[in-house]
Amino acid sequence: VTSLPVPSLSEASSTLCVFLILLVPLAGAGLALANTGLGRSRSAAHAMLASLCVLAVAAIVYVAFGFSWQGAAGRSAHVLAVGGKTWNWLAAEPFFLRGVRLDLSPVSLVILLQIFSVGLAGLVPLSSGADRWRLGATCASTALLAGWTYPVFAHWVWGGGWLAQLGANGLGRGFVDGGGSSTIQVLGGLTALSLTWILGSRRGKYSADGMPAAIPGHNVVLVLLGCIFAWLGWLGLNSAGAILFTGAEASRVVLVVVNTTLSAAASGLTTAAVTRVRFGRPDASLSANGWIAGLVASSAGAAFFKPPAAILVGAVAGVLIPFAIDFFEFRLAVDDPGGAVSVHGIAGLWGLLAVSLLSDAGVPGGMPGQGLAQLVGIATLLGFVLPVTYGLNWLLDRVYRQRVDREGEGQGMDLYELGAGAYPEFAVHSDEFIPR
Amino acid sequence: MNLAGFLLLVAGWGLVVSAVALLPFTVVRVVFILAGAFVELLGLALVIRAHLVLKVEKG
Repeated sequence: VTSLPVPSLSEASSTLCVFLILLVPLAGAGLALANTGLGRSRSAAHAMLASLCVLAVAAIVYVAFGFSWQGAAGRSAHVLAVGGKTWNWLAAEPFFLRGVRLDLSPVSLVILLQIFSVGLAGLVPLSSGADRWRLGATCASTALLAGWTYPVFAHWVWGGGWLAQLGANGLGRGFVDGGGSSTIQVLGGLTALSLTWILGSRRGKYSADGMPAAIPGHNVVLVLLGCIFAWLGWLGLNSAGAILFTGAEASRVVLVVVNTTLSAAASGLTTAAVTRVRFGRPDASLSANGWIAGLVASSAGAAFFKPPAAILVGAVAGVLIPFAIDFFEFRLAVDDPGGAVSVHGIAGLWGLLAVSLLSDAGVPGGMPGQGLAQLVGIATLLGFVLPVTYGLNWLLDRVYRQRVDREGEGQGMDLYELGAGAYPEFAVHSDEFIPR
Repeated sequence: MNLAGFLLLVAGWGLVVSAVALLPFTVVRVVFILAGAFVELLGLALVIRAHLVLKVEKG
């Protein structure tokens, strides 16, 4: 049994928590809209259907198996004794939530939040596989993420696992991530990176000499609308996470909401300013990516930052994003249509570091070793999550090819896999362009 | 090169976890954790390089 106490919540806090958790699906809607808008029009219906399928598969697989590995703080788990200390590695819950009474108890609220959170993590790689990732493979890959990769790492961070307990080993108050910068965002970003490597780039993206061609998203309005939905969803995600996973009091929700908003605002504005300086005009889709990156970066420490620090966290994320997207595209030849690796992976890593650099992690005056605890968490993401998610997706690709056929890519995912386009009545009438 | 990179990633993580589990909170532990992180960065660089080479070979 874990040594972390079972969190207790008053009825008012539990009710507030339910309300906050019910906002989280808006983050999924936002990411789905942004992913769709950043892809091609001939794959738009496929992208939205794939988003729904990801959310559906993630919820079912998580309830069936995922929660068994993740569990919650204070509940039964497999513990290893090394060096005179206990190491909590894996939860020991029955499959299909057997034995869990679904009411307003903390564990029920954790399950409710996780059903949505695991779907969010699954949506992240969708944007990097846009225009070439088969629907069946998307579902299978999501099942692997929701059934194994996500729950195991989330147990270590949120389920009373060894990363959460690093504080007992002299490392600050343990690895801190209230809203899922690591468990949802970086995990999703690393899965996205693995998939770009496994799927390869879109046809025509890179010339023979390795220069990338610009393939702009087909609907920037969808992308920007998605940012607004994502903002609302993130307010719920960060607030509910702060209450359930960092022990924050319900009154701290106001600070979390203020910090989340400030971080997104600073990041979106900074990216707009950077692109204005670099290209002469603000870039709408990159600014949208900057906005979401600010939300991502705020997740880990929104309950602990002071408002000026939240602005700084967002501003740094906003500067990082356009350069990171260019670096991955131009230098590393990673074809990531929605910029998921940068927006979720890089901004998430920055958010995790910012907890130790710009906050006291909830302990007045701070605690020695907090930076090291965050570093151990980041090392676990790179040294455990990346190999596992790459390995599972590589194996899946051997059994069931993940990339669509050459013919399908040329035709568009809508017609090839769904038999109908997203915009059947859309046609360009040449006479509209004749000068009158 | 790809496999070697992933093995380095896992090995670096092993170093980090071992340092946390077995060493007391001293400078030595910090050095081992940083060394593990450095090994992971080498592994990541190797994996990235491997995929760049693969891409060039595929044309």
